[in-house]
Amino acid sequence: MNAIILSAILGVIMMFSGIWVNNKATLRWIALAGLLVLLISNIAEMYGYRIWNVNVHNMLYFDRFGLLFNSVAIGSTFIFVALSGSDINRVGKYAAEYYTLIFFVLTGITIISVYTSLLMLFLGIEIMSIPLYILTGSDKRNLKSNEASLKYFLMGAFSTGLMLMGITLIYGATGSFSIEVLNNPAIAQGVSFLEITGMLFLLVSMAFKVSAAPFHFWTPDVYDGAPGVFTSFMATVVKAAAFIAFVKLFDARMSYSSAVVDWKMLLCILIIATLLIGNITAVFQQSVKRMLAYSSIAQAGFMLFAVFSMNEMAKEGIIFYAVSYSLATIGVFAVLLKMKDFTFEGYNGLAKSQPVLAFANTVFLLSLAGIPLTAGFFAKYFMLASVIQTGHYLWMVIVAVLFAAVSVYYYFRVIQAMYFKTGEGETENIHPGFKTGLIILTVIIILLGVAPNLIINFLYF
Amino acid sequence: MPIQYYIGLAATLFCIGITGVLIRRNAIIIFMCIELMLNAVNLLLVAFSKMHYATAFIRNANTTAGSDAQLFVFFIMVVAAAEVSVGLAIIVMMYRNTHSVDVNYLNRLKN
Repeated sequence: MNAIILSAILGVIMMFSGIWVNNKATLRWIALAGLLVLLISNIAEMYGYRIWNVNVHNMLYFDRFGLLFNSVAIGSTFIFVALSGSDINRVGKYAAEYYTLIFFVLTGITIISVYTSLLMLFLGIEIMSIPLYILTGSDKRNLKSNEASLKYFLMGAFSTGLMLMGITLIYGATGSFSIEVLNNPAIAQGVSFLEITGMLFLLVSMAFKVSAAPFHFWTPDVYDGAPGVFTSFMATVVKAAAFIAFVKLFDARMSYSSAVVDWKMLLCILIIATLLIGNITAVFQQSVKRMLAYSSIAQAGFMLFAVFSMNEMAKEGIIFYAVSYSLATIGVFAVLLKMKDFTFEGYNGLAKSQPVLAFANTVFLLSLAGIPLTAGFFAKYFMLASVIQTGHYLWMVIVAVLFAAVSVYYYFRVIQAMYFKTGEGETENIHPGFKTGLIILTVIIILLGVAPNLIINFLYF
Repeated sequence: MPIQYYIGLAATLFCIGITGVLIRRNAIIIFMCIELMLNAVNLLLVAFSKMHYATAFIRNANTTAGSDAQLFVFFIMVVAAAEVSVGLAIIVMMYRNTHSVDVNYLNRLKN
């Protein structure tokens, strides 16, 4: 509860500080301080200290899983603002509003990670999405940004409509909005036509939100058109949050076999399609930003394994995947935003002109590809191991490993451009603090790649 | 009236909404169709609320069953209003730059 209320209050504080503070650098420090307070208050809640005791009527349930994810999301946002804050300030005149909207997105995220009522799921997703529509279109004069924001808005509102229809049909069948009722074995196995149609609607709308194929078509356009900093935020923290909602929603659905719909088979098709489209299309991209958009679809395919296998290991894995994927992608985008040219050629010779950036970028890309000694390796390992634990659909593990091998190709193209091609490797002015931030992030990623328990232990202790 | 009529009506409205979103090219009309989908959901929620109330009423005269769905309707209306304000602002922003609300013009990101 701490994080939900505090992030809303901090959002309002940010909004008002825009009136009195004219210096953008100061605004960034205020935002960082706010995020730190938010992070501390949420970690305090994990150990039982609550600032507010609100009766939530069983609509929210603050378990370790949800609270740990909140910490991860807030922590990633902190790193994101620390690294890319100067790029946020460059987007437009209204820096205070951008930070405000980021806080409001966090409010939505902290709701959907702890919801137990479908009403809260709907509200959380909307609180998360509506500020994002604005952030996507924040570069007002740029036609690409306008187009991205309109597309994102129309697709988001459409999938919300589908989700609401799903919730309504489930309500009609069960007379309740609680996911405890939904996870009741008698209902999860059920043959009620209304309930199953409702779940299918929810599946489609969640697939829209996490950009799983074949509902991914808006993603590349939106990620490409939005200002780069906000793409970084959307592709990491927000996407991971949507996955947490997905996992909570389909908790029981995957454990019991239904008489009418084979949910495992449906998800299996979604995963294979997502991995296929994400990885194969990413190979053919010329712009690194667009390549990262497709790679985020491919990574979503891996994260879907958590929904698919749904055991203890999958729950540990999705948190760890969220951490490693968010940190690595935030890092890659932070470097990308400093480049003058967003194509692969723009990276040519970066190792000569900016060795620190090139090295850090290499570690982030290796982590995204899942090479051992980086956090990304264990993230993928947990996902695949959770499928092996279920004992079914083992061939999917092989398919996933093959696609991971494909992904190595396009991540290594960037590394190859940086180290083995000659060029200027032109960048904006690099602040020494930015380099320090990148090195800290690199250390965190390698540390998690050696000792993944640093994060997972928080689930239990 | 039996609940099937309400489900039929809401499903029809919802399908009209979906069809509109998929085939129309005018951003404002697409937007109206999304609103139509949301209103179909509202209608269905109220009908289900009444249905659950009626079945619970037979067993217990003081029941509050179904009231949560009516609350949900208010939340949908509030969120839809917030979405309208953001959505129309985005459409206006696009109109200022392109002097058109036709989504067919939105193909700059493709190449």
